[in-house]
This record gives sequence, C-alpha cells and structure tokens, in this order.
Amino acid sequence: MKRRVSAEVIINREIAPAIYDMWIQPVQKLPEINPGQFIGVFLKDKSLLLPRPLSICEVNADRTALRIVYRIAGAGTHEMSLRRPNDGLGYVTVLGPLGNGFPLEKGEGKRTLLIGGGIGIPPLLELAKRLKAEKQIVVGYQNCNTAGFLQRDLAQYGTVHVATEDGSVGTKGNVLDAVRQKRIEADLIYACGPMPMLRAVKAYAQEKGIPAYISLEERMACGVGACLGCVVKTNQVHHHTNVNNARICTDGPVFEADEVDI
Amino acid sequence: MNTQITIAGVTFKNPVMTASGTFGSGMEYAEFVDLNRLGAVVTKGVANVPWPGNPTPRVAEVYGGMLNAIGLQNPGIDVFLERDIPFLKQFDTKIIVNVCGRTVQDYVDVVERLGDEPAVAMLEINVSCPNVKEGAIAFGQNADALSGITREIKRHARQPVIMKLSPNVTDIAKMAKAAEEAGADALSLINTITGMKIDIHKRKFALANRTGGLSGPAIKPIAVRMVYQAARAVKIPIIGMGGIANGEDAVEFLLAGASAVSVGAMNFVDPCTTEVVLDGIEYYMRRHDVENISDLIGAVED
Repeated sequence: MKRRVSAEVIINREIAPAIYDMWIQPVQKLPEINPGQFIGVFLKDKSLLLPRPLSICEVNADRTALRIVYRIAGAGTHEMSLRRPNDGLGYVTVLGPLGNGFPLEKGEGKRTLLIGGGIGIPPLLELAKRLKAEKQIVVGYQNCNTAGFLQRDLAQYGTVHVATEDGSVGTKGNVLDAVRQKRIEADLIYACGPMPMLRAVKAYAQEKGIPAYISLEERMACGVGACLGCVVKTNQVHHHTNVNNARICTDGPVFEADEVDI
Repeated sequence: MNTQITIAGVTFKNPVMTASGTFGSGMEYAEFVDLNRLGAVVTKGVANVPWPGNPTPRVAEVYGGMLNAIGLQNPGIDVFLERDIPFLKQFDTKIIVNVCGRTVQDYVDVVERLGDEPAVAMLEINVSCPNVKEGAIAFGQNADALSGITREIKRHARQPVIMKLSPNVTDIAKMAKAAEEAGADALSLINTITGMKIDIHKRKFALANRTGGLSGPAIKPIAVRMVYQAARAVKIPIIGMGGIANGEDAVEFLLAGASAVSVGAMNFVDPCTTEVVLDGIEYYMRRHDVENISDLIGAVED
C-alpha cells in the first residue's frame, strides 16, 4: 500500500526573493519518478489541512532525495520556508509522486523546446536532465530580482535563453518574444508556467504545427483523482470522467495542448 | 470484540464508511487503503446522465477545513454500472450508491437502474448538495419536499434507502422526522454547510461558484450536535459524518446516536484516514472494555 511518508529536510534556502530551494530525503527510497510529476506536501499547522501540490524539480541519481523549488504564495509555503535541517521542524510529510509527468519518449531525438515561466521553471530541470534530445530552453522571469534561478542548473543540459518582462536580463518581453527573437526552431514543445503563457505557447505551437505538452495547475484537494476539484476542460469526452473535463492531478498535470480548452 | 452493526437489515462488518464525493468509487484510494477492511464504500453521487460539474476553482482551503463546489460531476449511471460497480464487487465491503438528480424523475431513473444490481446494498439519496442550482438541496431544505421525494423514491427502490440530510436548515429534527415518516430506512448527516471565502488581495471569490460546502474538522461540533438531535427525533438508524479524522471522533458520533460513521474531507489530508479511524475505534473498545460496538450507539449521558 502507498502511504504518506516523512522526509528529512536536507537543504532549504532562498535562491531568489520568496523562492526557496529545498532538498528532502524521504525515509524510504522513492519509486520511479517521471519529470513533471509532483508531490503533496503536508504542513504542521493543523488549520492548513490540504497538501500543497509542488512540482518535482530534480531527483538524485540513487532516488533517495528530491528537490522542490517553490515560491512563498501563502501561509503553507511560508511555513515550509521556515523548516531548517537538523531542528525540530526539519522534516516534512509528503505524498507522491503524483500525476503523469512529461512524455519523454515523444521528444527523443528531436529538436525540443523547453519553456518555463517563473515558478513553472522547476519541473523543466529533471525533464532537461532526462530528455535525450537537442534542447533549447527558454525561461522567463519577471525582473532582475528573480531572474536567474535554476538558470545555471538548466545550462548543464541544454542551451538556455532568458526573457525578463522589464528587459533587465536577456530578451525584453515574454518567453515567446525570446523564442522569436532567437529564431529557435523546434519539432516539439514542453512547457510549464502561468496560464497566459501556456495559452500563448499553445497558440504558437498551433501556428507552427508542432505538438506542445503543457503542465497545468489548479486548486487541488486530494491530489489522487478522487475529489474532482482540479479539472480542466477537454475538447473530447474524457475516458475516465465521461464528460468534457480531465483531472489535472491524475490525468495530468501534463496534457497535450490540443486536448485541453484553456 | 464485535464491531458489526446492522442498518435496515444490512449487516456491516464495522461502522466505518466513506462520505460520498470524497472517495470516488474507491478506485483511487485502493492504492492506499485495504477496501476489504471498510464497513462500506459510499460512492460519489451518480445521476441518470453524465454531469460536467461546476467551473474551477472548485475547492478552497479554509481554517480547519475546506470549501468545495464540485457541482456533482459524475460519469452517469451507464459508465458507473459498467466500470465502478464491477470494481467494487472485487472487495469484501458493502456498496452504498449515492444518487443525485435535478428532478424527482432523474432520481427515480437511477434508483430503478440500481434496483437490478444486487451488489448494491443500499442507496443514499443526495437531497443536500449545496452546489447545484436545481434539485439536490431544493429537496432537502423543505420538509414537504423532502417527504415527497422520499416517498417517491421508496416506491421505486429495491434496496433500503438512506436520505442524506442538509445541515442548512433551522430544525434538523423536523427534517429527520419528515424523512422517517415518508419511509426512509436510514438517515445520513451532515452534508456540507454552505460557506464562502473571499480572496481579499484579488477581491475575488475563492470559488467560481461563489459559495461552496464547508467540510473538515471545522464542522465536527455542528455535525455531532445535529446527529444527536436527529437521533433523539427518529427511530431509524443514522450514519454520522462531519470532520471525522480518527477513532475518537468516530466514537463521539456513535455516542451522539450514530450507528455508523463516514470519513469525508480527511481522506484528502491522509488517504489512509478510514483505516486510522477503524484502528482508533478498536483501540477505544479495548481500552474501555466495550464488547459490542452497538453498546456505544447513543450512549452519551448527562
């Protein structure tokens, strides 16, 4: 039987304003993890009951530790940011891995374009690490304050291009402005980021006639497909729900852009 | 130690059930929980045709609980009978199917289809969902309407009928009596309490539906009180629910007058909660030398 497990916090440090980089070591070895999967993180504050769905940024080689890079967005992630290794709060309870992840096999041997926006960048790292393909990686940040987090990590696995909204680093504008300015050509896109970015990525992929695999997020409760809280509209009747929507937590979070109505 | 309970002639190996809508049809939780250990699996509400449910966001966390406005999304009775019932039949647990609808005829259609399925032990009729515009709660907030739909369903049902009551009423005892007099075999309560959350930074409703049903430990004292009041008002058995997280919570409901308990929102907090609750009940019985669990039902004293 699967269970929630305790995980020791090994590292938990701020790498950009309000962005934290956490490595955790679960008490038991992790199952196989696909890039783009996520974990549910439970808090100690019992007034905050639901797990925080956070994407897996990276897994170490022997699958004993995993990395999550998260932004403080409310009381729950704030509590997480206070965890320090080797003190009374130095562990977290997690459930996972959850969800499907990016389909690696679709991009294998192809010219791939990995696009990440803001706190959507982290899952691209494990993807870039595992994907056997030519990789152009475009990451977008708001401004020079946050610009650069995970950039060096990603550069180990592909060519990284940066866009900032204020133009302080890299291309001025959004990730697609950078794609166009650098004349990046690709056979397939993988993307994670805010909804306006994903809509633009979907439109760009349609314009180019190439597939795009996009990772979605939504307010979640159970994280395991039971509560039907986190659905996205689908263009076809979905095989599980038998209506035009799919569960982001279990049927996703990664969908082929053409499947979903975003 | 005997944890068996009987409701309307159906015997359950123990009183631990799943609250409708929080456990799917058991498939998702079978990876976490040995379904054979549960007294019953109460399924997500099923209608005569597929329902797409409400727009997102459908869930929001609040202090000690959560709001949901799923809108009774379900695949419809055809898929449910082809897929979900055969799945549940593999386990040694009772199957209780929650039925939803917009009109009385919608409910009756589903009830009749389920009548041909002997694996279904009981029906639970959802007349208390606060998140759909037609049907559901419209039947659950007025004693005459509740009485009418209960009678109509009893006329068509082959299995014993549980009416699931809404807490969004002034007098729960009156509603409980109305259902009993109309022929209900059992009651379950409470469904969620209508609530609202506003994101003050965005000045927007947290839920697309604006309002949603509040569940979780935050509502437990209200649920215990309502189970107590309903149990005093009727002779039919009651399945109690509302924020149950462990065996102690479950025993509290039993003492208030419930014959069985359901675990709801806490499944989302720990997918193993149902087993934790059962283990906790058994621990309580050992610790307090309770031989028969039925001795606990309604055993609260002044």
